[in-house]
Amino acid sequence: MTLDTGTTAWLLTATALVMLMTPGVGFFYGGLVRRKNFISMVALSFIVFAMVSIQWVLFGYSLSFGGDIGGFIGNLDFLGLSGIGLEAGDAGYPPILFVAFQGVFAAIAMAIVTSGFAERVKLSAFMLFALLWTTLVYDPLAHWAWGGGWAASIGSLDFAGGTVVHISSGFAALAVAMVIGKRSGFGQYSMEPHNIPMTLLGAALLWFGWFGFNAGSALAANGLAANAFMVTNISAAAGALAWLAASWYRGKPSSLGMVSGAVAGLVAITPAAGFVDVGASIAIGAIAGLICYGAMLFRLKKGLDESLDAWAVHGMGGLWGAFATGIFAMAAIGGYSGLIEGNLDQFIANAVGALAALVYAFVVTLVLAYLVDRIIGLRVSEEEEYVGLDISQHGERA
Amino acid sequence: MKMVKAIFRPERLEFVKRALEDQGFYGMTVMAVEGRGDQKGISLQYRGGAIMVDLIPKVQIEVVVKDADTDRVIAAICDGARTGKIGDGRIFVLPVERSIKVRTGEQES
Repeated sequence: MTLDTGTTAWLLTATALVMLMTPGVGFFYGGLVRRKNFISMVALSFIVFAMVSIQWVLFGYSLSFGGDIGGFIGNLDFLGLSGIGLEAGDAGYPPILFVAFQGVFAAIAMAIVTSGFAERVKLSAFMLFALLWTTLVYDPLAHWAWGGGWAASIGSLDFAGGTVVHISSGFAALAVAMVIGKRSGFGQYSMEPHNIPMTLLGAALLWFGWFGFNAGSALAANGLAANAFMVTNISAAAGALAWLAASWYRGKPSSLGMVSGAVAGLVAITPAAGFVDVGASIAIGAIAGLICYGAMLFRLKKGLDESLDAWAVHGMGGLWGAFATGIFAMAAIGGYSGLIEGNLDQFIANAVGALAALVYAFVVTLVLAYLVDRIIGLRVSEEEEYVGLDISQHGERA
Repeated sequence: MKMVKAIFRPERLEFVKRALEDQGFYGMTVMAVEGRGDQKGISLQYRGGAIMVDLIPKVQIEVVVKDADTDRVIAAICDGARTGKIGDGRIFVLPVERSIKVRTGEQES
């Protein structure tokens, strides 16, 4: 097949859009921590981006998209991108572009996990953990769904990574928070966000980049991409308004709640974007806003210091999205019918795919975090935590 | 009258405010400050050497009270601000000549 310039141009653009989401996560999280950890929080996302980019071309891509081994992981055929060419393949775009596009997804997943490390992680331990996590958690999960693994073969649908990116990172953040322990002083005095406008700006970058994330996952410049673009925006809008309304009902309509709801809507529509229409996306987004808001309140009530709510928003939002895809999928959009069109099997396949990924991500993350903690220690010392990670880890002040 | 000027850990402010309220003292001025004490800040040890963080963020509050109330205010502040670790802060007591309410011109001395 000859190169399709439209598709190639769109995928190049979409890749760049998704890249912006990783620092977007950094700024979103950075505004939520205390000033003394602002640089640290943003830097973690950049460090993840740099590390995963290298890991991806060396062996990560091959583990995800190499020849199938037992439905679980890819082989090492594409080690160091061997055999990845510049000529357009069957899909009309060059294989190396697919590598780049998938690589930015791998990076943002690990960036989301930084929520569970916030304000207390030792940088060296974090870097070791990030390398292990992306290799042993993200890469297999990407293979299950997209690289010819078992989740795809049982028919579990994940259009753009609701399970691969969001369930995995959200539940991983929860596991990390349980191993690393609470921030010192958590629950004794309030730790308020130091810069909410920074978080709003991060949310803007996420919302913008998400068009590349979901519409790019059509892997073509066509009607399916346009549908994904549209439902992505509508679900985000519905999520924003739902969380805003819920927080208004309980007190003040907080801007932070509004953008958290937008992210919840974006997360939930991610697995569904190529399978549902605009009407369904309103329901998916609005329900996501409420579920994630409830999950956050539950987390606070339990006194869990999963500090920046990756679990509530990405983990639970992703779980809802996986179920919602099984419920709302419409044959007219992506060729698959969900529960509403009478196809129970689709719902079950999606639930199985999501829950298996959830358990795998949570358990393996627990083990990895525990091992890194035992080997070099995940936490900074009490004094370093007190003066903040910006000075103690980076020697800089925001 | 006395001015009680206290410098302590920012995260203890809520506790100090509560302790003062319990004693019936509500008025205060709060400032974010940086400072260091006898230890000249905090030294962080690394394999490659040490980083000295010499100015640590603190809050400073000022409360003006009658002479007879001074000790109760000091006790309340200590109560709220103390963690027992190095860096809990300092309290200074200064004489105040007069206090004037801007709205009414009412004076106290």
